[in-house]
Amino acid sequence: MKTYLAQRLVVALLTLLGMSAVIFVLLRLAPGDIVDILFSTAGYVSPAEKQAIMKELGIDRPYWVQYLDWLRQIAVGDLGKSYRYDLPAWPIIKPLVPVTLELAALSILFAVLIGVPTGVVSAVRQDTALDYALRVFSLAGLSMPAFWLGMVIILWLVTWFAWIPPLTYVSPRENFTLHAVQFLLPALAVGYRSSALIMRITRSSLLEVMREDYIRTARAKGQTDQAVIWRHALKNAILPVVTIIGIEFAFLIGGLVVTEQVFNLPGVARFLVQALLWRDYPIVQNLVMFIAIVVILTNLLVDMLYGVLDPRVRYGS
Amino acid sequence: MAVRSADVAVSVALSPQGGVWTTLGRFIRKKPLGAAGAFLMLVMLLTACFADVLQTHDPIATEAAHTLAPPSADHRLGTDHLGRDIFSRIVHGARVSLIVGVASTLLGSVLGGIIGLLSAYVGGKTDLITQRFLDILQGLPLLVLALVASTALGPSIQNVVIAISIPIIPRAARVIRSSVLTIREMQYVEAARSLGVRHLRIAFRHILPNTMGPFIVLCTAQLGSAILVEATLSFLGLGVPEPYPSWGRMLSVSAAEYAQKAPHLVLFPGIAISLAVFGSNLLGDALRDTLDPRLRGA
Repeated sequence: MKTYLAQRLVVALLTLLGMSAVIFVLLRLAPGDIVDILFSTAGYVSPAEKQAIMKELGIDRPYWVQYLDWLRQIAVGDLGKSYRYDLPAWPIIKPLVPVTLELAALSILFAVLIGVPTGVVSAVRQDTALDYALRVFSLAGLSMPAFWLGMVIILWLVTWFAWIPPLTYVSPRENFTLHAVQFLLPALAVGYRSSALIMRITRSSLLEVMREDYIRTARAKGQTDQAVIWRHALKNAILPVVTIIGIEFAFLIGGLVVTEQVFNLPGVARFLVQALLWRDYPIVQNLVMFIAIVVILTNLLVDMLYGVLDPRVRYGS
Repeated sequence: MAVRSADVAVSVALSPQGGVWTTLGRFIRKKPLGAAGAFLMLVMLLTACFADVLQTHDPIATEAAHTLAPPSADHRLGTDHLGRDIFSRIVHGARVSLIVGVASTLLGSVLGGIIGLLSAYVGGKTDLITQRFLDILQGLPLLVLALVASTALGPSIQNVVIAISIPIIPRAARVIRSSVLTIREMQYVEAARSLGVRHLRIAFRHILPNTMGPFIVLCTAQLGSAILVEATLSFLGLGVPEPYPSWGRMLSVSAAEYAQKAPHLVLFPGIAISLAVFGSNLLGDALRDTLDPRLRGA
């Protein structure tokens, strides 16, 4: 187990190193340098002034020096400085993290609460009208853009209840009910989308397990349908579901990017889009790296969880 | 063996006994949802082809006298904040959406497919290193990767296509690699090798055609996601640039601003995106069940 964990950690670190290279190269593909973009609105900037700014930002050095310097920064947890704000990045990002975490946690909760039961019902009633209806329901969730769903929810609230969700962030200490509503709606929009994937995996995994011999044995012993499905079958069928929740965490981040934008929630994902639009590349670089680290850690965690949930999976033996 | 059954399924699906209509009828009866998906995609394709005929107004002409008009006989789906006809914009948006979706899916799938084919055929260290590289690309969230790529490359239709195709590459490579791994151990490949056929020829002429089933399934499944990513990029202002009417951009800031006064601004483009993605998802699912039983539920 220990050697397995060590191996996984090494692979994870190498993957992250590769990701950092991909991100670095991608952002250097941009035509024109940051100074041009920063000062495109200011009109003429003298070459000497431009040189000074480039030196100050450290972008007059060769790319490989910049890359190594960036890696050193990541290693010591230094998120660098924002071009736009001319401030260190961490104080800007820090208050945004809890917003995104809360939204992500609520979204996953919704996704599981909707996805697992519908998946089970759909598998048990395979090829009935109910199964078709549930599959269409889940596929619809996968087809609707999360941002559009968010807009429709807001529109619906406005038309039917003449009520607009708060336009600025409300902290839970300020007004808990309002805070809850402010987060539950976007979480529902993101969670519905992710629930579609969970539903599909639950369904197909449960269908497979239901064909196994031990299920027939359980039935032969006279177990009720309920007990067979929920106690015998689901225990084994849930394993791929756990994996998909881990993998789709990355998918969820995509949903957050647009949903935070639509609901005007000051989270990391919305900030990433703003930084992209402003071409604030040091911030973009670090935020994407931060997302990559979170995704890799989640995958690692899910793999570890697998060993706990399924005693048949023994690592390193 | 699994490959063989997929082959059979492909040949049954592609060269039916009793003509095209019988097969079509059977498909509709056995996979009603898939047939519905195919129908939606057909409607989208026809709309995209005949956008110039279907349009009732010039999609980019502004009309100051008719801004935010509700649906009427003249403007079937109303007008936006600049007085542009929404119906005509949606019809032309189908063209942009389909072109970007199909082009990026094909680009990503073909590149990924070639990587997967060569990686699996060569095997050994090459395969291992390629796999790790694909891990890197796949580890980054799809939308984030496309967002960064499209910002870095700058706004143009070609760049949006490239940006959306990048996240598709690792997914395509995985699918093709796994089927090549089984095919390359089959006897007919060994026979070709013993006849002295060159490696590249074996890979492309003998093995590649047998991966077509999974490849078609992959493309249909990715098409929906590509259309969705295009809409999202355009919504965020990082996708298809003006003046091309894009469904995603129709929903962006301006629509949100006027949503209360003119809900049709939000509703119709969103319905168009949802139906297009829904159609390709339905079709993708049905094709997967028919052509590639191994991928069921994946």
